[in-house]
Amino acid sequence: MKLQDVQQVLQAELVWNTDCGDQEVSSGHASDLISDMLTCCTPGSLLLTGLTNSQVIRTAEILDLTAICFVRGKKPQPETITLAKEKGMPLFVTQLLMYESCGRLYSKGLAVGAR
Amino acid sequence: MIEREITKIQELVYELRVGDVMKRGVIKVIPSTQMSDLRAVLRDNRISGTPVVEEGRLVGIISLEDFIRWLYDGGPDCAVVDRMTRKVISVFEDEPLIQAFNNLERFGFGRLPVLARGIGKLTGVITKGDIIGGLLKKLDIGYRQAEIHSTRSSHIFEDIVADKSALIFEYQVSGGDFSRAGNSAGGLKTTLLRLGISPQITRRAAIATYEAEMNLIFFTNGGKIKTKIEPEIIQIEVEDDGPGIPDIDQALKPGFSTAPEWVRELGFGAGMGLHNIQKCSDRMNLSSTVGKGTRLKVEILVGNEDGSE
Repeated sequence: MKLQDVQQVLQAELVWNTDCGDQEVSSGHASDLISDMLTCCTPGSLLLTGLTNSQVIRTAEILDLTAICFVRGKKPQPETITLAKEKGMPLFVTQLLMYESCGRLYSKGLAVGAR
Repeated sequence: MIEREITKIQELVYELRVGDVMKRGVIKVIPSTQMSDLRAVLRDNRISGTPVVEEGRLVGIISLEDFIRWLYDGGPDCAVVDRMTRKVISVFEDEPLIQAFNNLERFGFGRLPVLARGIGKLTGVITKGDIIGGLLKKLDIGYRQAEIHSTRSSHIFEDIVADKSALIFEYQVSGGDFSRAGNSAGGLKTTLLRLGISPQITRRAAIATYEAEMNLIFFTNGGKIKTKIEPEIIQIEVEDDGPGIPDIDQALKPGFSTAPEWVRELGFGAGMGLHNIQKCSDRMNLSSTVGKGTRLKVEILVGNEDGSE
């Protein structure tokens, strides 16, 4: 699924301006626990999370994730955005809850990004 | 350099397919659309022509030129089917860009309808702008890859003449310094990729280092991460001087955690760290003395790409 489709399905906003719509996400992973992400999140995934600290970007970088979407309208902290720009990591914010975000993407056929 | 880029473009116009750069979901009209309605279609979408489609099949193309000619003739309103060009030059999605480009040049068209091979269904249009855009995008990707390649030192081991060679990097981690957390693991990751280590192996090393780095920050006064890279093996040693782990077996159990609340609020501290390090490594050794410090040694075999995380 392309990021522009993800954005549309989740009615999400792009946090900082990056031309990322054509990038492919292979799967989705939802978690508020960095420990869990580090244990089982597959490379190339879209991460759905409620965590907005800059550590999320570090984690996504280490795990080779494609993009991050913050759920429930949570705006990332300024240092999080700064780091994301530095690393070229696209960020989205959706007003949807975690449960509905996952449900929508899953029903559109986005695979499970965990092993 | 310029010569090389031109060769690259020559390759790309054959390598890239029409389907890679075309616009999908195109504006179209049906044969019974009235000429008087066509104006709005062309104006609103700022286009100079549009395909005419009947049940998914392309039956003609109607352009601004056809429209102007109809106005000039002063004829009565009619359906586009009466004024359209029936003999349409089109391209298939799986044809190389050069084919589309040649057709546009030869016939002086601004756009070409694109069809899916076999069923002949109209799937979009392609313009010169799409072709240029597609090439530039691809060249940019190529440029980025070249940039990575130029900083890569993957040949370094081949260049060293010795019976045994190793590269050593050290990272200092300050306890409690959350703002720089992940710097060591990120730095190691970049370095390993530049050395030509595969992404899978690099990821395992980076995850293990990241977990260890977090442990240093959360639980100790700081320490150092020493990585030694040899052609066949990556060794990561993490050392600190306190407080030490009282029961190593217990600490290795998934879910066991002594993390304070502030650590958990950050999304860490679920008690998976050491377990995860073990998973990412081919060999792991952990020794600790309470009050003195902890020493963790991780080994990852460079050839073992199938190893699990």
